[in-house]
Amino acid sequence: MIMSVQTRHAAAARVTCEDLVLFLNACFCCTGQREFYSDGHAQTVSIEFLHDYIRGNYRRLYARTLAAGVNHFNRARIVTELLASSRDLEPDERRDEGRLVVAALRSLPAPRAYRALLGVRARGVNNRRLRAIVREFLTARPDLQFDAIKYRGKLRDLILHTHLRLPGELGGFLFKGWKQRRYQTPLLETFRKAHFSDEALYELPFTVAEGMAARRKIDRAVFLRKIAPRLTALERLRLQATAAREGVTGLAIDLARAGLTRLAIYVLSLAPADREARRVELQAAFDGAARRCLRDAPLALGRVVAVLDRSYSTTGSPDKPRRSLAIALGVDALLRAASTDYLAFWTPATVDPLLAVPRGQTDLTGPLLDALETRPDLVVVVSDGFDNDPTGGAGEVCRVFKARLDPAGRTTIVHINPVFDAPELGPRRLGASVPTLGLRDAEDLPTALAFARFAAGDLSLAELEDYLARRVEVFLGRAAAPAPEAGV
Amino acid sequence: MKFDETTQGLGLRGLQVAPAQAFGAVRLVPLLKEHVREDLRLGTHSFRDRRPHAVGLRGQADAPDVAYCSYIPHAYVLDWTDDGAAVAARGAALTDKRLGLRDVGGVRVLHRMVRREEPGALRFLPLHLAMEGFLSLHFGGPDVAWSEYSRQALSHGLSPRREGSVLGVYVQGLEDAVRMFEVHERQVGCLVFVADALAAMVVFPHPDDYRALHRSLVRDFFGELVYQYAILYDDVPAHRVAVREAEIADLADLRAAITRARADWTAFTAEMAAGVLRESLRWQTIHRAGPFRLRRFMSALRPDEDNHIGEAIVRDSGELEYCKTFRLSAAQVRRAYLLEKLAQNLWDLARTAEALGVTVPALLVRLRNAGFAYLFKEHVLKNLPPGTV
Repeated sequence: MIMSVQTRHAAAARVTCEDLVLFLNACFCCTGQREFYSDGHAQTVSIEFLHDYIRGNYRRLYARTLAAGVNHFNRARIVTELLASSRDLEPDERRDEGRLVVAALRSLPAPRAYRALLGVRARGVNNRRLRAIVREFLTARPDLQFDAIKYRGKLRDLILHTHLRLPGELGGFLFKGWKQRRYQTPLLETFRKAHFSDEALYELPFTVAEGMAARRKIDRAVFLRKIAPRLTALERLRLQATAAREGVTGLAIDLARAGLTRLAIYVLSLAPADREARRVELQAAFDGAARRCLRDAPLALGRVVAVLDRSYSTTGSPDKPRRSLAIALGVDALLRAASTDYLAFWTPATVDPLLAVPRGQTDLTGPLLDALETRPDLVVVVSDGFDNDPTGGAGEVCRVFKARLDPAGRTTIVHINPVFDAPELGPRRLGASVPTLGLRDAEDLPTALAFARFAAGDLSLAELEDYLARRVEVFLGRAAAPAPEAGV
Repeated sequence: MKFDETTQGLGLRGLQVAPAQAFGAVRLVPLLKEHVREDLRLGTHSFRDRRPHAVGLRGQADAPDVAYCSYIPHAYVLDWTDDGAAVAARGAALTDKRLGLRDVGGVRVLHRMVRREEPGALRFLPLHLAMEGFLSLHFGGPDVAWSEYSRQALSHGLSPRREGSVLGVYVQGLEDAVRMFEVHERQVGCLVFVADALAAMVVFPHPDDYRALHRSLVRDFFGELVYQYAILYDDVPAHRVAVREAEIADLADLRAAITRARADWTAFTAEMAAGVLRESLRWQTIHRAGPFRLRRFMSALRPDEDNHIGEAIVRDSGELEYCKTFRLSAAQVRRAYLLEKLAQNLWDLARTAEALGVTVPALLVRLRNAGFAYLFKEHVLKNLPPGTV
């Protein structure tokens, strides 16, 4: 078959667009961890292939996906990939990529950023570009002494690789060992003292002190009580169950400050009786979290109906326990706050989402039909896409509804999927007629909805490039501003 | 074993078939109960110590003259009330003594396959009831002392008679399928298909029992055919619903079309399980407890069809309260078929051969290949052609 030049270009553009949408969608939800339906190895193989493929074919766009709101795991992975393979780049390409990489490193949590850079070391790559980027990254760290304590091994390995000069006493501290001398820097001195004195121990970051306490056989309850003031909000949230087990009371958390997904995960970790007892508090926390989330990323919707999956498969895996259900809960709260008129249908039906537990089969068809009967502007389906009662019913309903009952497109249907399906190289779809969007955190729902038009396949490559360019501007602008305090 | 009744299949009285869930080559079909009753409950008693167990089938438990030896992961304990009042599920709260367990030289001996532990509680060994029935088929050996039969066959019957089966965890993909299966709210049972061949049907009395025992599906045993199918086939197509969009004018139509498609698949699934649900079965009652009968069954043993053995608890009204089936492999069916034909013809080789439409040497080859050479004197089997006939 002979194609004209235009047709060939159009075909190439369409393929590029589809590839990129696939990749972005995968990057929104995949974390390389085990899921309910596939193991960690399959997930890793699948996402690694996607990264290799997109980097090899569309390098410029690949770098720009850093700005598209992909999750931390994939952002770190993209940074590693970009830094480990830059031999054939032009100087201006390097400069553009470099700015994105620095911004991305700044946006990542510290351990992930360090790990991304050490990933380059594992590939055996060491060049001027990497050293410059590491230098910039370390200069921008708010407190390098703190990093030298908390991420001691990582910082040390990174310096070992790049041969950069560390300020003050840090070089000696990391490489000559803390036993060598006394330190003028208070934090380093505390670390040294903590090896001998209990008081100094409780002035260290929790993760560092925890190891020392275990080595010194300090009672866990005593340790938790004394280290409580040093805990970060996330550590506090994580240690709730431990504290309850050990009978430590001083570890109260301020639910009003927790992020939406974290809050949902915490709520799901409570027994139904506890949730019932603390209903008012938890409900208020959900509303507050949703409002705060909308303040950061505004979303104004009309009449919305959600179909939310709480079937047994939302149990997730030991790596991500109950995450799918938590995201359904988060999306529920977020949509309620963002829409003028909101209805939720759970499957299997539940009267009280706050008491939801993962249980039962996935019947998306019935709730979806109920949802469409109310003629809303937007239907959001949150599910892992494995509907089995009956199989494929939801996709069929969407297809026929679009083709026969709503050709004008008054109702938009969007499928949000928190689970990466390894064999499909993306979140599992309900059918060709519904855009499926990966989602790692309920807070990213506005980004996902903005991306829905691309996932639906309605828009061209030019529009996708425009979208990415705009995101890049915002991303670089945000990175230039002083980093906000890390929330929960 | 003496059969006391023949019926056309198990039927699905009181049960509904729900849409299948397919994982790889395994397809699990939920069976839901229409009206859940509380007067019969089932729990497991697991034999945690990994010592060999023997089941005394006759006489004293510690001096069994016939014993049944197998890997048995657990026993079921059945609790019931006669007047339909609810019973509390107590699971394995029975002591060894009440279970009839005794130690004999390092082997734990269970007293009988089915044993009434106390009024309103019955212990039995799942699936082994059916398997024992199958193994004991014409176990006594030749009734007439024809000269071809060996002395051993005449004095000890078919002993030792053995059959092989495969533990559920070794059936490729079954463990994953059982893990990923989403249990319905009113579910009491499940049809297990491997490469779309019916491997087993499982029914328990109560949805809570099913939920508790769902994972024990991988501790049941399956036939050799099921094991091979699981290796040979990677995938079965999902039962996806499809709607013809030209027929749809509004949402009510769409809803009706989906309901119809679902019902079609349900009927189709029941059709796939016809081997147990519709073909004729022969029954034997083992125990009667209140309004319930514990029975085992066996299909007609036709070598060219799929054959199942199983056990069931049936309420007087005909509702199925408990059921487990086992799909016999072709070789197992062949063995049972030959034994049955021999028994029908009073173990006379000439008459049997005539009934089967073959010559006597050909019948002997078939018996030898089926593993029954030990029943005959050596000279009878001499000069038979090698291979199959």
